[in-house]
Amino acid sequence: MFWQAVTLQLGYNATLVMLGAACLGVAAGVTGTFLFLRKRALVSDAISHATLPGVGLAFMAMVALGGDGRNLIGLLLGSAASAGLGLLCVNWLTRRTRLAEDAAIGAVLSVFFGFGIVLLTIVQTMSSGRQAGLESFLLGSTAGMLWNEAIVIAVGGALTLALVVALRRPMTLVAFDPEYAAATGTNVSRVDLAIMGLAMAVTVIGLKIVGLILIVAMLIIPPVTARFWTDRTEAMVIISGAAGGLAAYIGAAWSAVVPAMPTGPIIVLVSFAGFVLSLLLAPGRGVLAAVLRHRRFQARVHMRQGLLALAQGQPIYEGYTTRILRRHGLVSADGVATEAGRARASKALLDEKRWEIIRADQAMEGAAALYDGMRALETVLTSDQIAEVDAKLTGPEALA
Amino acid sequence: MAVRGLTVSYGEKPAVFSVDMTLTKGRMTAIVGPNGAGKSTLLKAALGIISPLAGQATVYGKPLKSQRHRIAYVPQRASVDWDFPTRVIDVVLMGLQRELGLLGRVRARHTAQAMECLERVGMQDFADRQIGQLSGGQQQRVFLARALAQNADLYMLDEPFAGVDAATERAIISVLKSLREEGKTVVAVHHDLATVAEYFDDIFLINTRKVAEGPVETTFTADNLNKTYGGRLAMAQIDQLELATG
Ligand SMILES: Nc1ncnc2c1ncn2[C@@H]1O[C@H](COP(=O)(O)OP(=O)(O)O)[C@@H](O)[C@H]1O
Ligand SMILES: [Mg+2]
Repeated sequence: MFWQAVTLQLGYNATLVMLGAACLGVAAGVTGTFLFLRKRALVSDAISHATLPGVGLAFMAMVALGGDGRNLIGLLLGSAASAGLGLLCVNWLTRRTRLAEDAAIGAVLSVFFGFGIVLLTIVQTMSSGRQAGLESFLLGSTAGMLWNEAIVIAVGGALTLALVVALRRPMTLVAFDPEYAAATGTNVSRVDLAIMGLAMAVTVIGLKIVGLILIVAMLIIPPVTARFWTDRTEAMVIISGAAGGLAAYIGAAWSAVVPAMPTGPIIVLVSFAGFVLSLLLAPGRGVLAAVLRHRRFQARVHMRQGLLALAQGQPIYEGYTTRILRRHGLVSADGVATEAGRARASKALLDEKRWEIIRADQAMEGAAALYDGMRALETVLTSDQIAEVDAKLTGPEALA
Repeated sequence: MAVRGLTVSYGEKPAVFSVDMTLTKGRMTAIVGPNGAGKSTLLKAALGIISPLAGQATVYGKPLKSQRHRIAYVPQRASVDWDFPTRVIDVVLMGLQRELGLLGRVRARHTAQAMECLERVGMQDFADRQIGQLSGGQQQRVFLARALAQNADLYMLDEPFAGVDAATERAIISVLKSLREEGKTVVAVHHDLATVAEYFDDIFLINTRKVAEGPVETTFTADNLNKTYGGRLAMAQIDQLELATG
């Protein structure tokens, strides 16, 4: 069953939902990366909660004008307008008052959300409100999604994506170094506005599928997941988009198979599973890699100590140290240093003397902070920095 | 660059008050003053990073806005998050953004240009490192390389020698001197009074207001330092400096 869903063989409606969700997921992952890098992830929570009054007001306005209150485009426009207002409020509160941004976010989020709930309650009591189903905007609903609704989501997602691609350079620059960006003539507040505007667009587009409470997870979890796998912004954007799209696709397929399962929460859980896997398995930043790195580090410590002992003609006491030296062919079976062992030992001793100088020198504080007792110096210092250290070396090892 | 009547205030207390500053082409100027004197603020306002309450900056006689591409800024190292997912070479490429435009691809010649700038600061072997893996001095060199990539005429640096190792200090000063050789203008916030005379041609003393400005030979005097630092600089310290006696 699940397999049928994933391969889009589960009928028209499920296919529609899954493709729409995937579009949304990619757009959210890509946009969320810049929110994350600019350290504004939580503002998107304020934005999403601020959509609710707009939904209610738009419904009332459309009914009052004699139209269908449930027209998706109308509702989305309304939600965008009130989300924009919420964003302005957060900005104004942080800039013009002494409120910190987190307090401003909390205030705006709760007030707008509360007002939205009141409006929805009023809508319920309106004569035409009975089957409005506006509360589905809270947690999303994909049951009975219409073709043109899917189109709105797909087109919106594609447009957002295109804008992110076009603006990726200024957005990266502003996120990394806003002062430098301003000095080169980039309009920082306009770029910030673009980042927030794109997040707002994703939120509004995502209202139908995941709902306003959980959309923030689609903006935040994929970039956090992606950060585990790369040290480059461009790669992070791509991985985040892929992770977001995949999670949304799988989540939507799953909820299509299991009846009565809400799409939004399932997508978030799938996305979270990806995060946990990354946390455990990612090379470099993952937990498992950290454990392995610690083991290797321990081995290197023993190696270094063994080499220094060899260089200074001291005995090696620990069996583990001897085993490591043996494994690398640095000592023979009877514990005597081989030729390679002697060469490595004297290099180790030289680096050790250099480190001593680096750590004693106030001016080298920065380099000294990287001291771990066993790194090859060339990986830490530039050649002129090493020459600087060597100039201070005295004694026979200076000639080595 | 010339700055006229510049006043900047965070809230009600001016950090920089009615300051005039003139930078002479082809010379190196040190901006000197105690902590909180408004040195960084002066640079940022002159660059248009923060908007002043009053005053304006002109570059080569024209308004700043039209001349931005001729200025390269090297911010204080502490101003960015060094855990940001970006490599050394990517940071230097940021200096080429004007050339790259919004959609232009990074081509081989751009990378070559960036590598050349890294070579000038001795960091070519570190191009693929994540920036957080560098020492403080190396981070400062990367910032300088990014400024070099802009190929500007005026270089403005905020405490480029703060917390860097001796080799980096020498590498940076030799790059700055080579820029001066090319006829470019350099201005740096500088905190080490002992090296002012050795490194710089001109000095600009500030403590919220301008105290003095002019060639090091005539302006770097005990009297001006006392006016700038108030009582905070011990006479013994001043005695050790190679001061002008003008
Ligand atoms: N962003 C800011 N908000 C409020 N006050 C600031 C800000 N930046 C600097 N200041 C204040 O302005 C004054 C000048 O700061 P700054 O220009 O950084 O001095 P300097 O670089 O000479 O040490 C200081 O009193 C500082 O506390
Ligand atoms: Mg400063």
